[in-house]
Parts: sequence; structure tokens; C-alpha cells
Amino acid sequence: MTRSVTETVTLQTTAEDHRVARLAAAAIALSLVDAAIPLPLPGVKPGLANIVTLLVLYRYGFATAAWVTGLRIVAGGLLLGHLFSPGFFLSLSGGVLSLFMLALAQRLPQRWFGPVTLSVLAAFAHIAGQLLLARLWLIPHDGVFMLSPLFFAAALFFGIINGLIVARLLAEPATVEPQHA
Amino acid sequence: MSAWASLLRPGDWAVVGLAAVGVAASFPLVWQGGIAEKAVVRRDGTVVAELDLARKRTLEVAGAIGTSVIVVEPGRARVAADPGPRQYCVRQGWLKRPGEIAICAPNHVSLQIAGGRSRYDSVSY
Repeated sequence: MTRSVTETVTLQTTAEDHRVARLAAAAIALSLVDAAIPLPLPGVKPGLANIVTLLVLYRYGFATAAWVTGLRIVAGGLLLGHLFSPGFFLSLSGGVLSLFMLALAQRLPQRWFGPVTLSVLAAFAHIAGQLLLARLWLIPHDGVFMLSPLFFAAALFFGIINGLIVARLLAEPATVEPQHA
Repeated sequence: MSAWASLLRPGDWAVVGLAAVGVAASFPLVWQGGIAEKAVVRRDGTVVAELDLARKRTLEVAGAIGTSVIVVEPGRARVAADPGPRQYCVRQGWLKRPGEIAICAPNHVSLQIAGGRSRYDSVSY
């Protein structure tokens, strides 16, 4: 450490950085809520943070959505205490695959396909990514796929609900971006 | 209710419908016969060995005309070698699903995959 204590380091941040940070914070908060909701089957979660991902995708584009998702997974891992544990990598593989799916799905004609389609496809990709990683790495046995119908049913159910929430939020008049200091 | 339905576009209905059909169809597809759990080896119809499919294992079974070699790997099993002239059971390859069976008739040896549907070794939570 050669800097004196009194000297402060200021990171140059852009408005875009602030926006990503704020949205990621919202996503992290929702993934904590997710983890707190008790559900009978381990691995089934509402995936509320995907609401934020989808909203960001619609409002600010794919790059911002990818940033927000990445930050949410890493910081969410820190807060939930599973950073670099198998659960973290499952969440990472699910997140990456669902982003990949969204990158493809956003090219669908918007006139016909709305947030619900994107939400359901992303949820399917998410659980598929997790199952694939679990099969390849954690449990190298096809028995892993025995529960997949339940997982996909849950993904469909929560995907529809999350998609409807996104559609509802998008239908509301856009709130003015809070001016950040 | 209709307010929520109005948020769905035509393609959304199609995607949700297709997904629901796909999910419904996947239940019987995946769940028939239970999980493959054991490889049952028989000689002349009597069980010689029940091998756990979770572990790697090689088993030699003395049959009517020689020795059959059974190989078990995580989740699958096969007859690796058999003295039979036509090698049908060897050429059948890996068996994975419950109920699949390879019969080495000349050597009176069979290998069958058994599921865990009808019997429970343990149930725990």
C-alpha cells in the first residue's frame, strides 16, 4: 500500500453502471425472497429474479440483462453462502443457458410473442441447464432425469406467472428513471 | 382474470399450449418402469448375482459351455464376453432401462436390468 490513508480512490462510473447496479440489487433481493419461500421439492423455485431479467431485456436490451443476471448470480451466491458450491454452479449453468435462450427468443416477432413466451422458454432453459450440469458432474446417472417432468411442470407454471407479471409491469406507464447523483 | 388473459399474445398461447402438452407427455415417457437400479444375473433361471448399478464391477459367471463376463458401470450393464457361437447377448451392448434383458442361451446365462418400482430397500427422508 503506497497510497496515503487520506487519499480517496474514486472509480469512474457511468449512468449505465448505476442502472446495472440498481437493477442487479433488485434481482438479488428477489433471489433472496426466492430462497426464503419453502417449497416441497428441492430445486423448484419461483425464479422471481427472472422477472427483473426480462424487464431489463425489454427496457434496456440484452447486454444489460446479461450483466444484471451475472451480478445477481455471483452476489446472490455470496449472500446465500453458496458461492462456488455445487448450488452456485447449478444456478450459473441455468442462468447462462436461459440467457442464451433469451438471446434467441428475443428475435421472435413481438407482435405474436410476448413476455410470457420468453419467460416460459427461459424457465425451461434454466432447468435444462441445471439438469445437464447435474447429470454431467454431480450425479452421473440417468436417474437424475426421473424428476425432470416435475421440474419442467414447475418451470411452466412459474414461467407463465413470471411472464404475466412482466407483461403487466411493461403495460404500466414507464416510471421516470430516478435521477442518480 | 380477463385483464391477465389480455396480456397474452397469440404466440404466447401457442407456446404455453405446446409446453403443457410436452410436459404432460414427458411424465409417462420418463416414468415407465422406474429407475434402473440393479443388474440381475441368472444361470439356468436361478439368480446368481444382483449387482448394484451404482458401482463399477466385473463379474464372471460359469455357464454351461464356458464363462460369461458381465460388466457393470454406473447406470448400465452389459455382457462383455460369452462363449456362445453367435454372440447375440454380447452384441446387444449396454442395457440401461428396467426390463431390458440380454440372454446368452447357449451358456444358460442371462442379464436383466431391474427397476425399483415394486420393492423398496429403504425409504428415508
